[in-house]
Amino acid sequence: MLIRTDNITKTYMAGTVAVVALDGVTVDIGKGEYVALMGPSGSGKSTLMHLLGCLDTPTSGRYWFNDRDISTLDDIELAHLRNREIGFVFQSFNLLPRLSARANVQLPMLYAGMPVRERQARAAELLEMVGLKDRMTHNPNELSGGEMQRVAIARAFANRPSVVLADEPTGNLDSKTGVEIMRIFGSLAEKGNTIILVTHDQAVAGHARRIIHLADGKIVT
Amino acid sequence: MRLVELLRLSLETFRTHRMRSFLTALGIIIGVMTVIAIVSLIQGMNYEVEKQISSLGSNTIFIQKFAFGMGRLDWDEINKRPNFTMDDALAISQLPTIEKVAPSRSRSIGKVTWRSNKVTNVDMSGSTPALAEVGNYTVETGRFINSDDSLRRNQVCVIGGYIVDNLFPYETPLGKRLVLDGKSYLVVGVLARKGSFLGQSQDNVVVVPITSFEKDFAPGRGFGELMYSIAVAAMPKKGVPIEKAIDDVRELMRRRHKLGYDKPDDFGISTQDTIRDIYRNITRVAYIVMIAVAAISLLVGGIGIMNIMLVAVAERTREIGLRKALGATNQDVLWQFLLEAVMLSLVGGAIGVALGLGIAKVVELAAHLKAAAPLWTILVGVGFSAGVGIFFGIYPASRAARLNPIQALRYE
Ligand SMILES: Nc1ncnc2c1ncn2[C@@H]1O[C@H](COP(=O)(O)OP(=O)(O)OP(=O)(O)O)[C@@H](O)[C@H]1O
Ligand SMILES: [Mg+2]
Repeated sequence: MLIRTDNITKTYMAGTVAVVALDGVTVDIGKGEYVALMGPSGSGKSTLMHLLGCLDTPTSGRYWFNDRDISTLDDIELAHLRNREIGFVFQSFNLLPRLSARANVQLPMLYAGMPVRERQARAAELLEMVGLKDRMTHNPNELSGGEMQRVAIARAFANRPSVVLADEPTGNLDSKTGVEIMRIFGSLAEKGNTIILVTHDQAVAGHARRIIHLADGKIVT
Repeated sequence: MRLVELLRLSLETFRTHRMRSFLTALGIIIGVMTVIAIVSLIQGMNYEVEKQISSLGSNTIFIQKFAFGMGRLDWDEINKRPNFTMDDALAISQLPTIEKVAPSRSRSIGKVTWRSNKVTNVDMSGSTPALAEVGNYTVETGRFINSDDSLRRNQVCVIGGYIVDNLFPYETPLGKRLVLDGKSYLVVGVLARKGSFLGQSQDNVVVVPITSFEKDFAPGRGFGELMYSIAVAAMPKKGVPIEKAIDDVRELMRRRHKLGYDKPDDFGISTQDTIRDIYRNITRVAYIVMIAVAAISLLVGGIGIMNIMLVAVAERTREIGLRKALGATNQDVLWQFLLEAVMLSLVGGAIGVALGLGIAKVVELAAHLKAAAPLWTILVGVGFSAGVGIFFGIYPASRAARLNPIQALRYE
């Protein structure tokens, strides 16, 4: 199993009030699955994505990634894991504004210590995959929202991760562009990539092969 | 991540924040510039002054009404001191530890002319033949003043190269009669050149017999008399330690001036070393001022760098969160910001070195100094600015490194 959680909880302290964002989530996601995570606002979707992406640690419960217990890993091992095994796509793209599309795509490879030539070739290949071959040298401010999200997708797949986590990747896009983006995710899932994406949109979720519903921090399927 | 990549990353800020980077580095620039400029000027001075001091001869004792030195002089007391006389000089020369003595008087005279040519502000010394050896004068052509000149008060003179250049561009000066402030003197010799000191020619000199000087050029009473009182330069015998000779001279002069054992000396004795000490004291003050200015501007510069790095970390919080999400370790982030701070101060240091060398060069041309920044000052300047970058950059950088990626990504 690629991802296995056992009864994980996450409690935030907002001032003196404890907010339970996740309340005992147990979920298994296998290699090659294409999963949509749905639920009302505040149900804990982003919180779960952050935990699955090893950006945050659960308050209680266990999480195994590729059969490794995450709680046993130190900061450097976690950074390594995020770098090699996990790709992120954010709602707000999060491209570095002063870098070209190609340089943005290269960032994860940079931290993986890949040589420049190899990195550039791979970035070109990835941008071609998302249909931006002729936009490689453009800066983000010269790209449309849909194009920026495509660059972000190319970046997420740079180090051939085991899983790509996308938190509302179409949330900032109009519906037509959103469909394009979903088509890219669809074809990448087709090729055997593991993808977990958060969405509010039933139509978007329809592309996925499995839907997990979250409400008040619990899975309600 | 590799060092090259980190370096490239840290240089990014110069491209995006040119003015801000420059202003931030200003403190470092000024600090390093001060060090380089002052050190190279002092080195230039050292070279000139050391040349000058060595030319006095390491073995010569100077006996005058007051010793060379720093600090306040009590002129009233000095004015009451007895003048040195030729008899004093004679007595000193008869000490068993003393080889040779050159009594001399000196003053500046308004002008020296030959036909229509003239030289102004000439340094004139009246002395004895012993001055040639004791005062390190070499005769180039002709002869030095001799004992016969002294005895007969001959109106003869030996002149420096500067006077030759200006009065006798085409003729030999030997055998010509000069007019020294209205008195006619025969040129019997030309001195070897000593070059210039701080842009001032040292060859604008005339040496005449001390007896003739007394007759023709003795100044009137008053303050001037004090400055022109006979000064005695003495050379100890070979193998006699200079301290022993100084003790003998002091003993003798105290006896001649009938000073009680509890009275202080009413004359001064100096050597090459005393003069060197005076100079060292002056440069020490300059070094202290330099260190203070440099330390303050490096401190201010460092605080400026820390401030701007904290701003940069805040501005780029989202970037930091993103980099961590993409796999940057805390160390990668630490290095990115630390190197940026170091680069900022290193570039400031490099500009400071360049400006400091520039200032030294300008002063060199203006003041005729051989100003040279020794390699160590450049290394110290660059080293210190790197140190300031590390010291003041480590806190902002470690703050960046410790940022929680989720909070950073959510930061607006
Ligand atoms: N850093 C935080 N501090 C305090 N409370 C938090 C924090 N982050 C999230 N929460 C709370 O945890 C709960 C779950 O938040 P989360 O962001 O996971 O919801 P979500 O399902 O992603 O919502 P949305 O669809 O609006 O993005 C919410 O009640 C939220 O207020
Ligand atoms: Mg969310």
